[in-house]
Amino acid sequence: MAGMKDKLRRSRREVIRTAAMLAGAAGLARVIVRPAAATPEMLQEAIRAAVGEAPVNKGRVKLDLPPLVENGNSVPMTVAVESPMTKADHVKAIHVFNEKNPQPYVISVWLGPRAGRAAVSTRIRLADSQTVTAIAELSDGSFWSDSVDVIVTLAACIEETTH
Amino acid sequence: MARPLIHIPSDIRRGDIIEIKTLISHVMETGYRIGVTGLPIPRDIIEDFVCQYNGEEVFRARLAPAIAANPYISFFTVATESGTLEFSWTDQHGKTQVQITAITVT
Repeated sequence: MAGMKDKLRRSRREVIRTAAMLAGAAGLARVIVRPAAATPEMLQEAIRAAVGEAPVNKGRVKLDLPPLVENGNSVPMTVAVESPMTKADHVKAIHVFNEKNPQPYVISVWLGPRAGRAAVSTRIRLADSQTVTAIAELSDGSFWSDSVDVIVTLAACIEETTH
Repeated sequence: MARPLIHIPSDIRRGDIIEIKTLISHVMETGYRIGVTGLPIPRDIIEDFVCQYNGEEVFRARLAPAIAANPYISFFTVATESGTLEFSWTDQHGKTQVQITAITVT
Protein backbone atom coordinates (compact mmCIF):
# COMPACT_ATOMS: atom_id res chain seq x y z
CA MET A 1 0.00 0.00 0.00
CA ALA A 2 2.76 2.34 1.07
CA GLY A 3 4.71 1.38 -2.03
CA MET A 4 1.79 2.21 -4.26
CA LYS A 5 1.40 5.60 -2.59
CA ASP A 6 5.07 6.23 -3.15
CA LYS A 7 4.71 5.31 -6.77
CA LEU A 8 1.71 7.60 -7.15
CA ARG A 9 3.53 10.44 -5.51
CA ARG A 10 6.53 9.91 -7.68
CA SER A 11 4.48 9.87 -10.84
CA ARG A 12 2.64 13.00 -9.80
CA ARG A 13 5.96 14.67 -9.20
CA GLU A 14 7.06 13.60 -12.64
CA VAL A 15 3.90 14.95 -14.20
CA ILE A 16 4.43 18.27 -12.46
CA ARG A 17 8.02 18.37 -13.53
CA THR A 18 7.14 17.58 -17.14
CA ALA A 19 4.39 20.18 -17.12
CA ALA A 20 6.76 22.77 -15.73
CA MET A 21 9.32 21.93 -18.38
CA LEU A 22 6.74 22.15 -21.13
CA ALA A 23 5.46 25.47 -19.83
CA GLY A 24 9.00 26.74 -19.66
CA ALA A 25 9.70 25.59 -23.20
CA ALA A 26 6.47 27.21 -24.45
CA GLY A 27 7.42 30.45 -22.73
CA LEU A 28 10.88 30.31 -24.24
CA ALA A 29 9.45 29.61 -27.69
CA ARG A 30 7.11 32.57 -27.39
CA VAL A 31 9.96 34.85 -26.39
CA ILE A 32 12.02 33.69 -29.34
CA VAL A 33 9.16 33.93 -31.86
CA ARG A 34 8.02 37.40 -30.87
CA PRO A 35 10.32 40.24 -32.00
CA ALA A 36 11.74 42.19 -29.06
CA ALA A 37 9.81 45.46 -29.45
CA ALA A 38 6.55 44.14 -30.94
CA THR A 39 3.28 44.04 -29.05
CA PRO A 40 0.50 41.44 -29.53
CA GLU A 41 -1.90 41.81 -32.44
CA MET A 42 -5.02 42.76 -30.48
CA LEU A 43 -3.20 45.61 -28.81
CA GLN A 44 -1.82 46.78 -32.14
CA GLU A 45 -5.31 46.68 -33.69
CA ALA A 46 -6.81 48.64 -30.80
CA ILE A 47 -4.10 51.27 -31.09
CA ARG A 48 -4.63 51.53 -34.86
CA ALA A 49 -8.39 51.94 -34.31
CA ALA A 50 -7.75 54.93 -32.05
CA VAL A 51 -4.78 56.46 -33.83
CA GLY A 52 -5.29 55.54 -37.48
CA GLU A 53 -2.23 55.58 -39.66
CA ALA A 54 -0.54 58.47 -37.87
CA PRO A 55 2.89 57.79 -36.36
CA VAL A 56 3.08 57.56 -32.57
CA ASN A 57 6.04 59.37 -31.04
CA LYS A 58 7.67 58.58 -27.71
CA GLY A 59 7.61 61.32 -25.10
CA ARG A 60 5.52 64.22 -23.72
CA VAL A 61 3.27 61.67 -21.97
CA LYS A 62 3.95 60.48 -18.43
CA LEU A 63 2.18 57.25 -17.47
CA ASP A 64 2.40 56.66 -13.75
CA LEU A 65 1.83 53.11 -12.50
CA PRO A 66 3.45 51.24 -9.63
CA PRO A 67 6.15 48.92 -11.08
CA LEU A 68 5.20 46.13 -8.66
CA VAL A 69 1.52 45.49 -8.00
CA GLU A 70 0.34 43.17 -5.25
CA ASN A 71 -3.33 43.19 -6.26
CA GLY A 72 -4.27 43.59 -9.91
CA ASN A 73 -7.90 44.33 -9.05
CA SER A 74 -7.23 47.97 -8.29
CA VAL A 75 -4.08 49.63 -9.55
CA PRO A 76 -3.80 53.42 -9.26
CA MET A 77 -2.89 55.00 -12.58
CA THR A 78 -2.18 58.58 -13.61
CA VAL A 79 -1.57 59.86 -17.11
CA ALA A 80 -0.23 63.38 -17.54
CA VAL A 81 0.69 65.10 -20.80
CA GLU A 82 3.00 68.08 -21.18
CA SER A 83 0.88 70.70 -22.89
CA PRO A 84 0.11 74.41 -22.45
CA MET A 85 -3.61 73.52 -22.91
CA THR A 86 -4.39 76.62 -24.94
CA LYS A 87 -6.93 76.86 -27.77
CA ALA A 88 -4.12 76.54 -30.30
CA ASP A 89 -2.16 73.79 -28.59
CA HIS A 90 -3.93 71.31 -26.35
CA VAL A 91 -4.49 67.62 -25.73
CA LYS A 92 -7.64 66.33 -27.41
CA ALA A 93 -7.70 62.79 -26.11
CA ILE A 94 -5.78 60.25 -24.06
CA HIS A 95 -6.15 56.52 -24.68
CA VAL A 96 -4.76 53.78 -22.43
CA PHE A 97 -4.20 50.22 -23.62
CA ASN A 98 -2.95 47.03 -22.06
CA GLU A 99 -1.30 43.98 -23.47
CA LYS A 100 -2.62 40.93 -21.60
CA ASN A 101 -6.07 41.63 -20.14
CA PRO A 102 -8.89 39.86 -22.02
CA GLN A 103 -9.49 43.16 -23.87
CA PRO A 104 -6.85 45.69 -24.90
CA TYR A 105 -8.85 48.79 -23.90
CA VAL A 106 -8.50 50.45 -20.50
CA ILE A 107 -9.85 53.98 -20.80
CA SER A 108 -10.23 56.79 -23.32
CA VAL A 109 -10.74 60.37 -22.21
CA TRP A 110 -11.51 63.48 -24.21
CA LEU A 111 -10.53 66.93 -23.00
CA GLY A 112 -9.96 70.39 -24.37
CA PRO A 113 -8.42 73.76 -23.54
CA ARG A 114 -10.98 74.12 -20.72
CA ALA A 115 -9.20 71.35 -18.80
CA GLY A 116 -6.25 73.61 -17.93
CA ARG A 117 -4.08 70.60 -17.24
CA ALA A 118 -3.95 67.38 -19.27
CA ALA A 119 -3.92 64.83 -16.49
CA VAL A 120 -6.30 62.07 -15.46
CA SER A 121 -6.21 59.50 -12.66
CA THR A 122 -8.18 56.32 -12.17
CA ARG A 123 -7.83 52.77 -10.85
CA ILE A 124 -7.43 49.92 -13.29
CA ARG A 125 -7.44 46.13 -13.39
CA LEU A 126 -4.47 44.11 -14.60
CA ALA A 127 -4.88 40.39 -15.32
CA ASP A 128 -1.18 39.69 -15.64
CA SER A 129 2.29 41.20 -15.56
CA GLN A 130 2.38 43.28 -18.70
CA THR A 131 3.08 46.52 -20.51
CA VAL A 132 0.55 49.35 -20.28
CA THR A 133 0.61 52.04 -22.96
CA ALA A 134 -0.86 55.55 -22.89
CA ILE A 135 -1.28 57.54 -26.12
CA ALA A 136 -2.18 61.23 -26.26
CA GLU A 137 -3.72 62.93 -29.28
CA LEU A 138 -2.77 66.60 -29.60
CA SER A 139 -4.70 69.36 -31.32
CA ASP A 140 -2.07 69.53 -34.09
CA GLY A 141 -2.86 65.90 -34.96
CA SER A 142 0.29 64.37 -33.54
CA PHE A 143 0.32 61.36 -31.20
CA TRP A 144 2.63 60.83 -28.25
CA SER A 145 3.00 57.82 -25.99
CA ASP A 146 4.52 56.31 -22.89
CA SER A 147 4.70 52.66 -21.79
CA VAL A 148 5.24 51.12 -18.39
CA ASP A 149 6.05 47.51 -17.48
CA VAL A 150 4.08 46.30 -14.49
CA ILE A 151 4.62 43.13 -12.47
CA VAL A 152 1.37 41.80 -10.99
CA THR A 153 1.42 39.19 -8.23
CA LEU A 154 -2.36 38.70 -7.81
CA ALA A 155 -4.24 38.90 -11.10
CA ALA A 156 -7.63 40.52 -11.69
CA CYS A 157 -10.55 39.76 -14.02
CA ILE A 158 -10.47 35.98 -14.24
CA GLU A 159 -10.38 34.78 -10.65
CA GLU A 160 -13.39 32.96 -9.20
CA THR A 161 -15.78 34.66 -6.85
CA THR A 162 -16.61 33.56 -3.34
CA HIS A 163 -20.16 34.88 -3.35
CA MET B 1 -26.49 52.83 -9.03
CA ALA B 2 -25.65 54.40 -5.72
CA ARG B 3 -24.99 58.01 -4.83
CA PRO B 4 -21.68 59.17 -6.26
CA LEU B 5 -19.00 61.05 -4.34
CA ILE B 6 -17.62 64.28 -5.79
CA HIS B 7 -14.74 66.27 -4.38
CA ILE B 8 -13.79 69.75 -5.55
CA PRO B 9 -11.46 72.13 -3.72
CA SER B 10 -12.93 74.76 -1.42
CA ASP B 11 -12.04 78.43 -1.92
CA ILE B 12 -11.82 78.50 -5.71
CA ARG B 13 -10.66 81.68 -7.46
CA ARG B 14 -11.45 82.62 -11.04
CA GLY B 15 -8.90 81.11 -13.40
CA ASP B 16 -7.73 78.43 -10.97
CA ILE B 17 -7.03 75.00 -12.40
CA ILE B 18 -8.97 72.73 -10.07
CA GLU B 19 -8.84 68.98 -9.66
CA ILE B 20 -12.22 67.24 -9.62
CA LYS B 21 -12.31 63.80 -8.03
CA THR B 22 -15.26 61.49 -8.64
CA LEU B 23 -16.20 58.07 -7.32
CA ILE B 24 -19.31 56.00 -7.97
CA SER B 25 -20.14 52.68 -6.38
CA HIS B 26 -20.52 50.06 -9.11
CA VAL B 27 -19.44 46.42 -9.50
CA MET B 28 -17.89 46.91 -12.97
CA GLU B 29 -18.43 43.19 -13.59
CA THR B 30 -16.14 42.17 -16.43
CA GLY B 31 -18.16 39.24 -17.76
CA TYR B 32 -15.05 37.07 -17.66
CA ARG B 33 -15.51 35.74 -14.14
CA ILE B 34 -17.14 32.40 -13.31
CA GLY B 35 -19.57 32.40 -10.37
CA VAL B 36 -20.08 29.64 -7.79
CA THR B 37 -22.79 28.14 -10.02
CA GLY B 38 -20.19 27.51 -12.71
CA LEU B 39 -21.84 30.00 -15.06
CA PRO B 40 -20.19 33.24 -16.16
CA ILE B 41 -21.30 36.32 -14.21
CA PRO B 42 -22.92 38.64 -16.78
CA ARG B 43 -21.04 41.76 -17.84
CA ASP B 44 -22.17 44.95 -16.11
CA ILE B 45 -20.03 47.97 -16.93
CA ILE B 46 -20.32 51.75 -16.71
CA GLU B 47 -19.20 52.75 -20.18
CA ASP B 48 -19.50 56.51 -20.31
CA PHE B 49 -18.71 59.34 -17.95
CA VAL B 50 -19.32 63.00 -18.78
CA CYS B 51 -18.73 66.21 -16.84
CA GLN B 52 -20.51 69.40 -17.90
CA TYR B 53 -19.62 72.82 -16.50
CA ASN B 54 -22.62 75.14 -16.77
CA GLY B 55 -23.92 73.00 -19.61
CA GLU B 56 -20.64 72.85 -21.51
CA GLU B 57 -18.88 69.50 -21.75
CA VAL B 58 -15.42 69.76 -20.21
CA PHE B 59 -14.49 66.10 -19.79
CA ARG B 60 -15.62 62.77 -21.19
CA ALA B 61 -14.36 59.25 -20.56
CA ARG B 62 -15.07 55.87 -22.12
CA LEU B 63 -14.49 53.07 -19.64
CA ALA B 64 -13.60 49.45 -20.37
CA PRO B 65 -13.95 46.43 -18.06
CA ALA B 66 -10.29 47.09 -17.19
CA ILE B 67 -11.46 49.89 -14.88
CA ALA B 68 -11.59 48.71 -11.27
CA ALA B 69 -14.87 48.32 -9.37
CA ASN B 70 -16.27 51.57 -7.94
CA PRO B 71 -14.76 53.69 -10.72
CA TYR B 72 -12.63 56.57 -9.48
CA ILE B 73 -11.84 59.27 -12.01
CA SER B 74 -10.04 62.51 -11.34
CA PHE B 75 -9.34 65.27 -13.85
CA PHE B 76 -8.75 69.02 -14.10
CA THR B 77 -10.74 72.00 -15.26
CA VAL B 78 -10.36 75.77 -15.27
CA ALA B 79 -12.74 77.48 -12.83
CA THR B 80 -14.35 80.15 -14.98
CA GLU B 81 -17.50 81.13 -13.09
CA SER B 82 -19.88 80.02 -10.37
CA GLY B 83 -22.58 77.59 -11.35
CA THR B 84 -23.04 73.86 -11.54
CA LEU B 85 -21.00 70.83 -12.41
CA GLU B 86 -23.12 68.04 -13.81
CA PHE B 87 -21.66 64.55 -13.74
CA SER B 88 -23.29 61.62 -15.48
CA TRP B 89 -22.41 57.94 -15.58
CA THR B 90 -24.09 55.69 -18.16
CA ASP B 91 -23.93 51.92 -18.00
CA GLN B 92 -24.09 49.43 -20.86
CA HIS B 93 -27.89 49.15 -20.51
CA GLY B 94 -28.27 52.89 -21.07
CA LYS B 95 -29.12 53.64 -17.46
CA THR B 96 -27.74 57.03 -16.41
CA GLN B 97 -26.94 58.33 -12.96
CA VAL B 98 -26.64 62.12 -12.68
CA GLN B 99 -25.07 64.12 -9.89
CA ILE B 100 -25.16 67.91 -9.81
CA THR B 101 -22.70 69.82 -7.63
CA ALA B 102 -22.60 73.57 -7.10
CA ILE B 103 -19.32 75.36 -7.71
CA THR B 104 -18.59 78.78 -6.22
CA VAL B 105 -15.88 80.85 -7.84
CA THR B 106 -14.70 84.05 -6.16
